[in-house]
Amino acid sequence: MKRFRHAASGILVPLAALALWQLLSSRGWVNATILPSPLQVLVKWWAYLKPVEAFDPAQGSYLKWCLSGELIQDAAGSLYRVLLGFIIGGGLALPLGLVMGYSRVAYGLFNPLIQVLRPIPPIAYIPLSILWFGLGNPPAVFLISLGAFFPVLMNTVTGVQTVDSIYLRVGRNLGASRWTQFTRIILPAATPYIFTGARIGMGTAFIVVIVSEMIAVNNGLGYRILEAREYLWSDKIIAGMFTIGLLGLGIDTLMTRLSTYLLKWHRGLEQG
Amino acid sequence: MSESNHISIQGVHKVFQSAGQQVHALKAIDLEIPRGQFVCLLGPSGCGKSTLLNAVAGFSLPSAGTITVEGVPVTEPGPDRGMVFQEYALFPWMTVEQNIAFGLQIKKTSKPAIQAKVDELLGLLHLQDFRKRYPKDLSGGMRQRVAIARVLAIDSPIMLMDEPFGALDALTRRTLQDELLRLWVELKKTILFVTHSIEEALYLADRTIVMTYRPGTLKRDLAIDLPRPRDVASPAFNALKKELSQLLMEEQHRHTQAEFRGAAVD
Repeated sequence: MKRFRHAASGILVPLAALALWQLLSSRGWVNATILPSPLQVLVKWWAYLKPVEAFDPAQGSYLKWCLSGELIQDAAGSLYRVLLGFIIGGGLALPLGLVMGYSRVAYGLFNPLIQVLRPIPPIAYIPLSILWFGLGNPPAVFLISLGAFFPVLMNTVTGVQTVDSIYLRVGRNLGASRWTQFTRIILPAATPYIFTGARIGMGTAFIVVIVSEMIAVNNGLGYRILEAREYLWSDKIIAGMFTIGLLGLGIDTLMTRLSTYLLKWHRGLEQG
Repeated sequence: MSESNHISIQGVHKVFQSAGQQVHALKAIDLEIPRGQFVCLLGPSGCGKSTLLNAVAGFSLPSAGTITVEGVPVTEPGPDRGMVFQEYALFPWMTVEQNIAFGLQIKKTSKPAIQAKVDELLGLLHLQDFRKRYPKDLSGGMRQRVAIARVLAIDSPIMLMDEPFGALDALTRRTLQDELLRLWVELKKTILFVTHSIEEALYLADRTIVMTYRPGTLKRDLAIDLPRPRDVASPAFNALKKELSQLLMEEQHRHTQAEFRGAAVD
């Protein structure tokens, strides 16, 4: 009951906002081209989601037909780029972060360069990325990798550097080699930080994918909302925006679930 | 050096740099500990008892002097000197049985042998029902049982214990003290046990060493010949308690004076 009331109170503000929005549009207080009504957005969303062609068994399975809508294809394109970019960026950041966190020498060597590059937003690399990689997926994936790289790197470094020294003392006391110390103590002790970094990195990747699709490719959610602007389809712009929001929420929820499961031993800062 | 001495500490000094000051933590410590003896190091905080323990453990080597174990100088930490910490220091990402098995995995013990040893220790420390739990789901007393089992797993002939029961409530502490004595008799370990509790030292040790406050020296080396299990209410126990209490209070007083002067940097 309490949970239900909690959930109910959570949708109160969104409902009120929706009602106000509907009121503004249906009373004609705002121009429908500038701000279409929620209902209009919903209708457009459905049109954007549903398959364009009628079902034809000769063209393939029913499932394939169901997923042939423009929205699904765009979402899949965006998701593909996010995952690929995240895997490349995070995959490079993780080993570098582990080495930088573990070795003072490596930290001293790499940190100055990292600190100079880190504040440059991935967006600023757009011109270079097109110069280097042309158009299409490569520049987009490059930008997304950059976006994912730094959060994963910084958190991994911090995670390794802040491993409680008492665990290392226990490891030495039990006779652990440096390699065992690293794989069995430092790495697991750093995972809460690494997961936090991965989650932030995924969030950044998701922001960057939309921007990169506006410049380099001709599908994906980012491309679609920019395209819709050309035709003044503001209902489609908003439908695309909400899709981006829901997709981002879905990914974040998945990441949180995964880390909660993998870190079931963890109790925040208070460890035993 | 006698054959039977398990740990031999000779002319050990330890000097720290702390906040730009030189702190003489240990001064000219000579101590011979025979095999199988239960020794308590007793003193106020800042007397260097943990420093001495860490030196024997090999975490922090002496500035001068030598420590030998079975005649071999201590140069680094090792599984022949298992340590139990006050903060338990269990690996939170490992279950109870994984924590206990860790030292054996390092020693490349075979899987069936590890399993057998872990089962035996879970039984010995009454942890059978907790084997799949993570440390965060255990009480302080249970955690310390796991920490003791982890050290017993690697079969160190020497156990170093740094105020292991300091954070436990009185009843849990007494239970664990009794279990430790039982294990000590059964497994014939040499134990070096740091505490600031007079009663704990008297209840457990064959021999209690009172240390002075800064620089840490040996103030009194007292054999406790009371039969076990010891009666904490007996006149003999209380007589010793009174004696130790006086010795300790002198050092505590020096500690307090130093603190008032702002010199007690721990």
